[in-house]
Amino acid sequence: MTEQGRIGPPSGEWGEIDCAESIHSLYGYLDGELTDERRRELEAHLDYCAPCVEKYEFEAELRRVIADRCKDRVPDELRDRVAKAIDHERLKSKS
Amino acid sequence: MADQERFVDDALAFMPSLYTAAMRMTRNPSDAEDLVQETYLKAYRAYGGFEVGTNLKAWLYRILTNTFINSYRAKKRRPEEADVEDVEDLYLYHRLVGVGGSGLGRSAEDEVLSHFTDEAVKTAIESLPASFRMTVLLADIEGFSYKEIAEIMEVPVGTVMSRLHRGRGALQKALHDYALERGIIEAQPL
Repeated sequence: MTEQGRIGPPSGEWGEIDCAESIHSLYGYLDGELTDERRRELEAHLDYCAPCVEKYEFEAELRRVIADRCKDRVPDELRDRVAKAIDHERLKSKS
Repeated sequence: MADQERFVDDALAFMPSLYTAAMRMTRNPSDAEDLVQETYLKAYRAYGGFEVGTNLKAWLYRILTNTFINSYRAKKRRPEEADVEDVEDLYLYHRLVGVGGSGLGRSAEDEVLSHFTDEAVKTAIESLPASFRMTVLLADIEGFSYKEIAEIMEVPVGTVMSRLHRGRGALQKALHDYALERGIIEAQPL
């Protein structure tokens, strides 16, 4: 694992987790699914590890791109169709 | 108990995201429209049983998912149960940026990502087998939690996590393959 770009914390500890664990937790972090404790450990690592931060930012940006590029406009006639179908169903259940 | 008379006001606002999911799952507008209409009709009929205050969007997605699976079964066109190839973590990052980090800086990476058009992303998602595609859509496009996805798809949380991990890897590979084919990016030595 590259140490390039890592700047040591002011005094001593690297934190509880290493780069391999950090990458392992990447999706859990982006998904908001880590425990508070795990998230704090990870953030402590990211505070000092530029290579991991770069990977996290890449994955976060990729996800934004995927979500943005994946929308479809609802056809107007579908809104009408659904509204009519529900109206029809409502009348049927009342009769 | 939800008031059926309030259904239109409460539920129709979710149509854009349901339609997007339906488009990705059926892969064509005509089937997507049928799936959305069927979902809303079933939801309307069942709305009396919906518990107000719980997650209406997740409830609608559960109906959509079930309807999709059942309609494919009825047509004898089972949703593909195919598996996906396992790929390494950070597949796309390693190919666009290089294993040792970029030295390019964030703007160069964002520049590469900006070349992924709507068509590229939609094609890549639609290349995933149905169960992986749905799981990735629910997490990455709709932002549902693992637990919500487990309830929508009626599978254990562990299955959601494994499908997400493998589905996202396969999606990255599909995006990369698409970008190579179209000459959006050039193959780089790893």
